[in-house]
Amino acid sequence: MASMISDETIEYVGILAKLELSPEEREQAKKDMGNMLDYIDMLNNLDTEGVEPMSHVFPVHNVFREDTVANGNEKDKILANAPEKKDGAFKVPKTVE
Amino acid sequence: MNIMSLTAVELSKKIKAGEITAMDAVRAALEQVKKVDGEFNCYVTVDEEGAFRRAEEIQKKIESGELTGPLAGVPAAVKDNMCTEGMLTTCSSKILYNFKPAYTAEAVLNLEKAGAVIIGKTNMDEFAMGSTTETSFFGPTRNPWNAEHVPGGSSGGSCAAVALEECAFALGSDTGGSIRQPSSFCGVTGIKPTYGTVSRYGLIAYGSSFDQIGPVAKDVTDCAAVLEVIASYDPKDSTSVKRESYDFTSALVEDVRGLRIGIPKDYFGKGLDTEVKESILKAAKLLEERGAVVEEFDLSLVEYAIPAYYIIASAEASSNLARFDGVKFGYRTGTYTGLHNMYKKSRSEGFGTEVKRRIMLGSFVLSSGYYDAYYIKALKTKALIKQAFDRAFTKYDVILAPASPTTAPKLGESLGDPLQMYLGDIYTVSVNLAGLPGITVPCGEDSKGLPIGMQLIGDCFQENKIIRAAYTFEQSRIYERCPAAKAQDGKQERKDGR
Repeated sequence: MASMISDETIEYVGILAKLELSPEEREQAKKDMGNMLDYIDMLNNLDTEGVEPMSHVFPVHNVFREDTVANGNEKDKILANAPEKKDGAFKVPKTVE
Repeated sequence: MNIMSLTAVELSKKIKAGEITAMDAVRAALEQVKKVDGEFNCYVTVDEEGAFRRAEEIQKKIESGELTGPLAGVPAAVKDNMCTEGMLTTCSSKILYNFKPAYTAEAVLNLEKAGAVIIGKTNMDEFAMGSTTETSFFGPTRNPWNAEHVPGGSSGGSCAAVALEECAFALGSDTGGSIRQPSSFCGVTGIKPTYGTVSRYGLIAYGSSFDQIGPVAKDVTDCAAVLEVIASYDPKDSTSVKRESYDFTSALVEDVRGLRIGIPKDYFGKGLDTEVKESILKAAKLLEERGAVVEEFDLSLVEYAIPAYYIIASAEASSNLARFDGVKFGYRTGTYTGLHNMYKKSRSEGFGTEVKRRIMLGSFVLSSGYYDAYYIKALKTKALIKQAFDRAFTKYDVILAPASPTTAPKLGESLGDPLQMYLGDIYTVSVNLAGLPGITVPCGEDSKGLPIGMQLIGDCFQENKIIRAAYTFEQSRIYERCPAAKAQDGKQERKDGR
């Protein structure tokens, strides 16, 4: 069964993904995602009743450490990559009126 | 003598003996880059000036006896998804076209401490998403054996650079086969270590629960030596594992007597190229003749590995790549109205098609209403696949398999049908799902003259078993240099006046 991806779904996923797709890209994305989901749906043939979902192969727990500063002040190095900066800070479009 | 035809370990011996210097080695590597990289496009960045400066510093330390290890003075390349302080690190993406990290990845630092000279950064599929190195913003890398074919991916630049002798060895990263598959396509050796063995600190994340850095080199000895240097417990990586042993070179022993090798029957069915199959089975026969106990078995669940992998990897990618928003580094769109529009336009213009495809899929499988049906289902499948491997490793020390169902496809053949391309990862992704170590060693070539690689898979932390099996196999087979590398020998010798 072909998964039908609706315009609304693509619109919604675009918002989640913070991507703005051109009309051609949207059509392609609908097709690609539909094909992929059709394929992925084969997982439904596998009985996973009672199986614990596995995020990590080893038992990984939160790793804690003392909250001490180990590196120096690297502000200038980090700001050097900013697309725009002002007065030692990242410059972004106005967010609060 | 052609310096670049030597392995890393051989090269460092000559440097230590004073026959050549670290500067000579760097010069030879850079000359080779100049000769062949225009055609093959293995590098995104070559740092000529920095490489000579570092080589001089290292040469002094070698002469003073401060540096004695097997990588001292050896020219190396690093995949462009590992941060290198002050050196361009792009992930082969437009969105990081100008990014110069403020720090160096732990694995690369470990290499530098051991005296390796990083000469540049290698091309890859954008954000390591792809199996051909064709999704790079900087154009595809070409296969060293035949420039009409792809080198595999995503560590295609690293593997091709090693085969073309543009560096003595390289680092790659493997999320779903990205070291093992291109190693197979390029006729070189590569290891994907057990998850948690090499620090991911400074590796730009794609699928964090799968990503592992590993070595790519001419032979098993070099790979073991490099792995021994880059592996470390690192508190800066919360998934780093404190291993009992970081000794991998002691496994370089020619002996497989009594080693139990399992061949999954389900890996040798439909879809596997006949020539690849014959070559792999011939390699298995050889190991059997050397005393290994080789047996076929049913691994099971093989067909579920790819869907589970692509759900989990895309989900993690959609989350990991949220940080690229045009604020703190990289590409920002030229015109925009407001903050959200700036995010959206920067990302849409900065990411390529395959990356957007996976971010969309990942966002979808994590969205409410689909999370249980896809993401949780994939994590449960992963648990079952891990159990299948656990069962197999109660009977076998090593699992022997192809690295890829075919040899390298032609450029332009793969990207049109993404699902078809994903299916090519059938023999590699389950190793990442289960966190296992795997090695690819060259074992033959097909009738087109393209290399075939054999994959040996071990249980978690059992790198030494696959290294021993790979090393033993390798002793029966001379390393085949690619034609473009051999072509440089005559020229080099004349220049040396020999």
